[in-house]
Amino acid sequence: MNHTAPMYEFMGLWFNLSNVLMITVASVLVFIIAVVSTRKLAMKPTGLQNFFEWVMDFVRNLIKSNMDWKTGGRFHLLGLTLIMYIFISNMLGLPFAIAVGHDLWWKSPTADPVITLTLAVMVTALSHYYGVKLKGMKGYAKGFVQPVGFLLPLKIIEEFSNTLTLGLRLYGNIYAGEILLALLAGSLAASGFGGILVAALPTIVWQAFSIFIGSIQAFIFTLLTMVYISHKVSDDH
Amino acid sequence: MSTNLFVLGAAAGQLNTGDIIFQLAMFLILMALLKKYAWGPLMGIMQNREQHIAGEIDAAEKSRTEAQKFLDEQRELLKQSRQEAQGLIENAKKQADIQRDEILALARTESDRIKESAKVEIEQQKEQAVAAIRDQVASLSVMIASKVIEKELDATEQEKLINEYINEAGEGR
Repeated sequence: MNHTAPMYEFMGLWFNLSNVLMITVASVLVFIIAVVSTRKLAMKPTGLQNFFEWVMDFVRNLIKSNMDWKTGGRFHLLGLTLIMYIFISNMLGLPFAIAVGHDLWWKSPTADPVITLTLAVMVTALSHYYGVKLKGMKGYAKGFVQPVGFLLPLKIIEEFSNTLTLGLRLYGNIYAGEILLALLAGSLAASGFGGILVAALPTIVWQAFSIFIGSIQAFIFTLLTMVYISHKVSDDH
Repeated sequence: MSTNLFVLGAAAGQLNTGDIIFQLAMFLILMALLKKYAWGPLMGIMQNREQHIAGEIDAAEKSRTEAQKFLDEQRELLKQSRQEAQGLIENAKKQADIQRDEILALARTESDRIKESAKVEIEQQKEQAVAAIRDQVASLSVMIASKVIEKELDATEQEKLINEYINEAGEGR
């Protein structure tokens, strides 16, 4: 359990090389899946194209449940990328973890709060940007004092808490999953033959549960993204 | 200590600013790539399909109404022709009735005429026959009388003669 992160300083910026690696892996995987799914496009979809269209429809419905498609259509690509990237990221840490020396290299990139908070801040920033863009500065500012004026402090706090919870929820879920997997597979199973016997079943169960958690968290992150954006861009919320 | 390493990524007490920038950059790149290679084409084809389906539905609807129209037309035509046929049959029946009556009447008058003429002919024949018999009887009696006058005969002769004439008359018959 005493893993450290492979840190590296470059031009005054600190990189966790394991994060860099896993972000790249996740992005490349998402890209490969997307390209393979859409390599042979047909009017009558087959196989992977069906799957990818299902994902797109899923995201579309998710957006449609929060705002009308005329406003929400522009966030389709964002939602699609988010859900696929986060899902793949969550899954990456499940099958194994690779540590070289004391440095942990292979893990979920979403098991790092810096990554998840980056995504959350990006989403919040986008929501504010589109709020101003679609409703104008006045409409955007008015959103802070509706329905009643004294809610203004709460509304401002809400922006920060939303961002924090959005990022930390994802991080917490995935990180906890990995910790428990590391405990089960790493520590308990390493303690001897009996340990392997005892650890095998809970590990399998927990991995299955983690797949579930990972899917749910990817879904929730995308859903909340759309909810937060729709708060800013549509009038009926 | 160990968990502390992960909290906020502060491995050595500093924030992983590089990770933040890297994550953002990668996410934007991924989004751009997805847009170019997957989302764009797929959205295109999905819209195409939507249009295609809408077009097909419209076409199906159109052909359905057309078929309905055609069917109605055909039904109307069938009804009309059935009525026409009915009319034709009725007409023919009426015609046949009239013709039958005509033929019957014609036959009746014809037969009456034939009967009449046959009666008339029979009457004529009868009269002719009677006249002929009358003539013959007259001439016969004249002949008998002349024979009688010709021969004043004895009884035997007379008897013979009578028999002769009777025979003659019998043969003549």
